Order: sequence, then C-alpha cells, then structure tokens
Amino acid sequence: MLWLMQLRMRMQMLFKRGQAAARLDEELRFHLDQQIAENLAAGMNPEEARFAALRAFGNPALLREQTRATWSWTWLELLWRDVCFGVRTLRHTPGFTAIAVLVMALGIGANVAMFTVVRSVLLKPLPFQDPDRLVRVFEHTNDGEFSFNIVAGGVYAEWRKQNHSFSDLALLGEGEFNLSGAGGQLPEFAHGANCTWNLFSTLGVKPALGRDFTAADDQPSANGTVVLSWGLWKRRFGGDPAILNQTIHLNRQSYTVIGIMPAWFAYPDASTQLWTPVYHDKPASVMSSLQDHEFPVIGRLGPGVTAEQGRAELSVIVRRLHDQHRNVALISKAAEVRPLLEDIVGGVKQPLYVLLAATGCVLLIACLNVANLLVARAAARRKELAIRAALGGGRLRLLRERLMESFLLSAAGGALGLLLAYGAVQWLVHSRHDLSRVEAIHVDGVVALFTVGLIVLCALFAGLIASWTARDKRLLASLQDSARSSSGGQAHTGLRRALLAAEVGLTVVLLVTAGLLLKSYARLRSSDMGCATQNVLTMRLALFGGRYGEPAQLVNFYTALLARVRALPGVEAAGFVQAVPGQGYWGDNGFTIAEHPPLPQGQAQFAIFRYADPDYFAAMRIPILRGRSFDPALKLGLAREVVVSKSFADAYFPGEDPLGKHLRSGVTEVYTIVGVVGDTRYAVSEDPKPMQYYPLLEGAGVENNGTLVIRSSHDVEQLALPVQRIVQELDHDLPVSDVLTMEQLLGKSTVDASFDATLLTAFATLSLLLAGVGLFGVLSYVVAQRTSEIGIRMALGAQREQVLRSVLLDGLRPALLGLALGLAVSVGVARLIRSMLYGTQPLDPGVFAAVAATLLLVAALACVVPAWRASRLDPMQALRTE
Amino acid sequence: MGKPNDLVQGTLDLLILRTLLPQAMHGWAIGKRIQQLSGEVLQVQQGSLYPALHRLEQQGWIDATWAESETGRQAKFYSLTAAGRGQLEKETANWNRLSAAIDIIVAES
Repeated sequence: MLWLMQLRMRMQMLFKRGQAAARLDEELRFHLDQQIAENLAAGMNPEEARFAALRAFGNPALLREQTRATWSWTWLELLWRDVCFGVRTLRHTPGFTAIAVLVMALGIGANVAMFTVVRSVLLKPLPFQDPDRLVRVFEHTNDGEFSFNIVAGGVYAEWRKQNHSFSDLALLGEGEFNLSGAGGQLPEFAHGANCTWNLFSTLGVKPALGRDFTAADDQPSANGTVVLSWGLWKRRFGGDPAILNQTIHLNRQSYTVIGIMPAWFAYPDASTQLWTPVYHDKPASVMSSLQDHEFPVIGRLGPGVTAEQGRAELSVIVRRLHDQHRNVALISKAAEVRPLLEDIVGGVKQPLYVLLAATGCVLLIACLNVANLLVARAAARRKELAIRAALGGGRLRLLRERLMESFLLSAAGGALGLLLAYGAVQWLVHSRHDLSRVEAIHVDGVVALFTVGLIVLCALFAGLIASWTARDKRLLASLQDSARSSSGGQAHTGLRRALLAAEVGLTVVLLVTAGLLLKSYARLRSSDMGCATQNVLTMRLALFGGRYGEPAQLVNFYTALLARVRALPGVEAAGFVQAVPGQGYWGDNGFTIAEHPPLPQGQAQFAIFRYADPDYFAAMRIPILRGRSFDPALKLGLAREVVVSKSFADAYFPGEDPLGKHLRSGVTEVYTIVGVVGDTRYAVSEDPKPMQYYPLLEGAGVENNGTLVIRSSHDVEQLALPVQRIVQELDHDLPVSDVLTMEQLLGKSTVDASFDATLLTAFATLSLLLAGVGLFGVLSYVVAQRTSEIGIRMALGAQREQVLRSVLLDGLRPALLGLALGLAVSVGVARLIRSMLYGTQPLDPGVFAAVAATLLLVAALACVVPAWRASRLDPMQALRTE
Repeated sequence: MGKPNDLVQGTLDLLILRTLLPQAMHGWAIGKRIQQLSGEVLQVQQGSLYPALHRLEQQGWIDATWAESETGRQAKFYSLTAAGRGQLEKETANWNRLSAAIDIIVAES
C-alpha cells in the first residue's frame, strides 16, 4: 500500500513536475496571504501588514529551493540543469562545438564500424553446432615444406575409415555448374561445392526444407541429387517449395532437388549456391588417388579429443600410406589441423586488426584534440571560473560541469558516429563480397553498447584532461593574473604541448603504416604480369555433357568459336586458355623428361600446366622467346607438342636447349617441346613459376573449362555482347561467366591490398589534419596569451624576424618531439605488419622520409600563420590590449 | 537559523503528524495550531514547515488535496494516511522513550 503511494508520488514528481512547482507557489502564496490577513486583523495598515508578513516569511526563493530539495528525482533535475547549462555554453561557440562533435563522430564512427566488422568476422563463433570442435584438416606437401596442403581423395577415405579421434570427417571441393534454363530461362553459371554426404551433419546443420544427403546419394551409381542455397532457391525458383523432388539440369545431367539450406548458411563461402555429392560427381580415379591433392577436408573432433591428438592420429595413418605405396611419388607424410574459424578468417585477421588499431589511434587523436580544445576554453574562461569558485561554486560542481560539456560533445559525436558506422558497414558489406564471413556482419545491440562505452570513455578522457589543467588552486592568482598577463597560463600550455606531441607521434605512426601499404599496393599493381593487360577481355566457359563427351566434339567447338570470334570486326586476336595470368594457380602435374635419367624412387617433379590454343600467346602478347607456338594443323592425337615458360626451361634444362626434348606426362603420352615463352604470374602477388602449356586442340577431354581472351585495339568491352551472342548461337545452353577485362580481373585480385591501403590512408590523412588543426589552435592561443610580452620585447628592440623565429620554434618543438617519437614507434609497427607488405621493406627509407617531410610541412604551415601574426604585432597596440 | 525554539527535524515530523491526527489542515493552519497548542512556546518557521510537509508527502505518510479554505480560497489540505498513522505511533513511542530518559537525567542532577 505504502509503496504504491510512494510510486504514484514518484511518477507525479517525474511527469508533473511543472504542475507541482506551480502548486508549491500557490501554497506559499496562500500562506503569505493568511499572514497578511491576520496582521490586518491585528490592526496594522495594509502596507505594514504586508511587510511584516514578508519579513516573517523569510526568503521565498530559498524556501522554494529547500522544499523542492525534498522532492524525489532532484538528482535528475540537477543533472538536467547541468545538461541545459552545458548545451547553452556549447551553443555560445557553435564553431567549436561543430568541430569537436565532428571530430568525435569521425573517431567514434570509424571505431564502431571496425569493431562491428572485427566482432562479426573474427570473434563471433561460427554459426554451427559446437563450433569449437570443428577443425580443418590438411596434409603436408610431400617435401614437407608446406603444412597446409589440400587433401587427396584416397587419403581422406583411409582417414575416415581408420581414425578414432574424429566423430566425423567430411570432404568438399569446388564445383562449377552450368544450370540449364527451363521454361525460357537463360542458362546460368553457378559456383557450388561437391561434398561428401556427411558435410552438413558434420557441421551440425540441417536443411531448412527437404532432407539432407544420405550415404546412398553419395555413390557413382546413385541418381543425381542437389541441395540448393536459400538465395538461389529464392532467386531462380521463386522460393517455391514445389521445387523439392523436381529435377534440374546441372552440366547437362539430371539432379533431383532434395533440400534447401537455411538463409544464413554459407559454407565454404558466401558465393556457394548449391551442393552435390562428390562421389557421384567426380571420377572414381580422382576419389581414390593418394597423390592428387584436390580437396579441402573438415572434421569434428570426438568428445574429449584434442586437436593435437587428432592431428597425431591422422599423421600416423598418412605416414603408413606413404610407406605402403613407395611407388606412388607424391603421398605426404604428415597431417595438420587448425580450428575451422581460424581457417575461414585467417587471411583477414591481421589486416582487420591493423585497421582496428588504426581507428583506435584516430579516436585517441580525436580525444586529444577535443581535450586540447576544452583546455583552451577552460583557459579562456579561467577568470569566470575563478570568480565562480570565489563566490562559493563547489569544486565538484565545476568539475561536473566540465565533464558534462565533454560528455555532451562525445554523446553528440557518438550518435553521429553510430550513423556513420552504420553507413560504413553497409557500404563494406556491399562492396566487399569477397571478405570471409561478410554475411555475418551486422550492427546489433552489442555494437550499440560498445558505442555507449566509447562515448563514456571519450568523455571521461577528454573531460578529465581538461579539468585537470583547469584545477587551479591559486584562485587569487588567476584573478590577479589578468592585470598584466605577460606570462599568463604558461603552466597550461605545457600540458597542451605534451598532448600535441602525442598527437603528432600517433599521426606519424599512421602515416608510416599507410605509406608502406600504399607503396605495397603500387608495387602490386605495377607488377609485370608478363602479358598484355590493356584492352583484353576475358570470359569463362565450361563445356559439359553428352554434346562434348568426345575429344573431337570439344575441339570442333573451340575451333568454331575461335574462328567466329576472330572474324568479329574490332577483334585483333583471340585465344583460349585454361586460366589467364592472375586467375590463380589452377593445377599442376607431374612430368618426366625423356632425355634425362629417371628420377630416384619416391621423387617427383611437377609444374603448373595450362591448356592453350595456338594463338593464345599472340592474343595475350606473351613473347615467344624461342621456337614457335603449337602447330594449328595438328589436332587430337596428333597434337603432341608442348610449350614451356622461360623459368621452366631454366629450372629443368640448365645449360641445355629444351627445344626438341620430350616431356612425358601421365603414363604414355610423350610431348615434344616446340617453344619457350615468357614467364607470366599466376597471381599478382606471386613470382612467376615454371609453367607448361599443352595443346587445347588435343581435346584431352577432362579440360572442358577455361577462359576465352579477346584483344582489341580499343574499347574491348564493347565486344562482350557480340561474343556472348556467338557463344549462344553455337550452344544456347552454355552460360558465360566472369566477363571481365584483364584490368578488372587484376583489380579484383588486389582489392584487399587496395582496401587496406585506402582506408589507412584516409585515417592517416584525417589524423594529419587533426594534428595540424591542433598545432594551429595551440600556437594561436599561445600567441594571443603572449601579446603583451611580445609587445614589450618589440618595444625593447626585438626584431620581427626574432619574434617570428621564437614563435615558430615554440610551435615546432612539440611537432619535432612527436615526429621523433612517432618514427621510433613506427619502426616497431612496420615490423609487425611485414606480412602485409609486398615488394616493400618494413623500413623503407623513402616512406619514412616522405612521412617526415609531409609532417614537417604540415606543422610548419600550421605554425607559420600564428608566428607571422605575432611578428606583425604593433608594439603600441599590443601593450594597450590589457 | 539557530533560534531556541527551532525544532529538530524528527520532532517537527512528530508534531505535524500529531496535529493532523484529528483532521486535515493546510500548512498555515498546521503552523498556527502547533503554536497555539504549545501555548505559543513552539513557533514553526516556514523554512522548516514546508520542506517537512513535502518530505512527509513524498514518503506517503500524509496525503494532500486541494480544497476550499475557510476564507473561500483554494488551499492545499494535508491529511494523515494509514501509513502515517503507523508512523505517528512509532514516533510517539520513540518520543516517550526519549523524553522519559531525558527526564530521568534532568531530575537526577
């Protein structure tokens, strides 16, 4: 009962405070009037009665205050009053407020955005059942040099059969699918995965609709089955559940749709649109090979088994296989495991943490800057504060006011920053589909909480620094100071200089990091691919199904396609290759050289291989250094020629003429080396590796996919549609994918480096700007403070140049100190990011020199205006300013 | 304020609650009543009375309603609540204990 009344009272006091205040006034007035009435009754005249009553009543304002103090929520009212006061003081200086809020917004926004990404990508557990039990499993390479090689099908089968450490092991491989059109739909190319039937159950995920694969689906003799991604189902099949148990055509074979995965499911990556059973799709020879390393493998550790125990057992099994099959050259000798999360995000971990650290620096600089601005304000308001303190303003109350001001700035900045962060995250998700786990990135409650935390932290940091300087125990001194402020506020500027030095130091670190990454990126973009990159168009084709079952059918298609493309007006040259430079490693094969003595048992040599048509080298302007390209007249079984790259010739024919020598690839086929061509890079950031080119027109059968390249003298993109039309006319059921110019293709593969470098440069520029503004602000303030001092000096005969130099040095000293500190720290930081650099030394003298020069230039610019102004002072005017 | 008849806070609460026991009153009347009943010994200052009334109201021991006063003006009338009655009993008991103890000491010396 009592608590109910108290609650009602509290609600009234909270929501009807204005009414309560009016009532109080009314109540007190009634009291006064009663008193007057009584005085009148006692025989006083009206005026006297009134004065006597007022006298007895005391100070009405004080009484009102004291009464109100008994009401609940008074603390809230006081807080509100502080807020109002803070808002009012901030509104007096809109320029200052706008700058401070903007600075905070940028600092907080950048941090919130990066935190969102880091948390979603790196910290959140994978959305699978017991994700910490999931690991990715690797084989070592045969020579033991690389521990994270993908796994051979045969080794996987033995592992799964023999091990006791894992509750299950699943295998998956990339799949490229031509999804045939039905009912007037265009054919479509879809990225997918071939997986063992237990992939989903190993991850602990069930299809949202339909059923999972069973062991019976995952056999060569089974009928084709497919599980679709939610996205593909919605987009291509209109989200109609009737598609279940229907047949669709993939690579011209029938597959029954048995399930739809949930919308959030994205494994191995977000571009995977469908899953098919691997034993059904892949030839038995590949699945049982012990040395064709083709497949990623994942495993779920059994209860109580550590990853190390699992690794040890798999190592023993593969080592035994190696020993049992001495005649098979490339079986590895050991296994490796690592947590699945690390496997998925390992590549982006360091760049993301570097970016997060950079945003942290930006925020620190922003806070220092705002603190600096607040210190300047405090200094300007010193007299006001001293007067208030002298009149009895509590120290705590004044401190609270200062903190409130900094809190208001941080809160406004934080709110704006959250918006900025939201926009930035949206932009990132849309522009970086390739980022691992990009589908998991969301702004959520934790992020909002993080923002609030940041706001409080920034407010305390900036506010406390500012109040610490404002805490002036010598009240009287402050009040007297103004009489002749020739050395006014020297103590204040000491702290501000220290802050500036810290700001400059952080800026230098950011600038150096950004500079190194920019240089890496420039190196990356200018790395010589070994082929034409201007006006070259590429597109991928994959030929599947009965129409291309025979080598002759493949060869006919390629011949017809290339002849028609070359006949198009505007086409200068066209060619076909398995993969163009920059498109990836793709594949290698083992080979022996017929003219060389056989390799010792257990050893093998292998190199990247490509299928190419005779005109490919000319089309890509890959120079033929010796010999010639393939003879276009030789086709099918007659085409037993091979072209090798320069580094291949150097590596395997040192001091010999490779032309006319023979390579034995596989078991029987022998190929004559007819030419040596220039080196190309399979990836932008990798040095050229030995390469062998085999004739496309041999039509060996398995190589049914590749890249069509078209070179033109100008505007090659205009040729995309006519070429696609030719493909459609030749085979209306053949989709074309990845239509990109060489420049776009290479740009895509360097998007990571470009992204990191661009963002860091933006952060560094922002810091530089902040540091410059900070320097300018402090120096201007110092000059204003020293006006009369400078006036006296000039009156006593100081030269303008001397004044200029003295002020300039005054400003440059913290900048120089910061620069030295920053460069020292950068040396350490640069070593930490070594692995993100390409073709750039961590201690690149050019970058360090450029950073130092830029910083000095900006610092000098920021200092020169106040210094010049000081040297222009009119001594008489200056002395009169007080 | 430091006047001799300035009342300690707890005692003022007790006096207000006791004064309100028979009937509801407005602030001015409460002050007058205390003064009258104490034979003009106790004079309640407005500076103490109104904060005390509002504090008691916040605590739910007295309730306030606006009603017409004897002069025909609207005035804020305070009345005792059930909880206030309980509080009055408690404070009366307290007071009796305290004043008895003080009496003993004063009589002894």
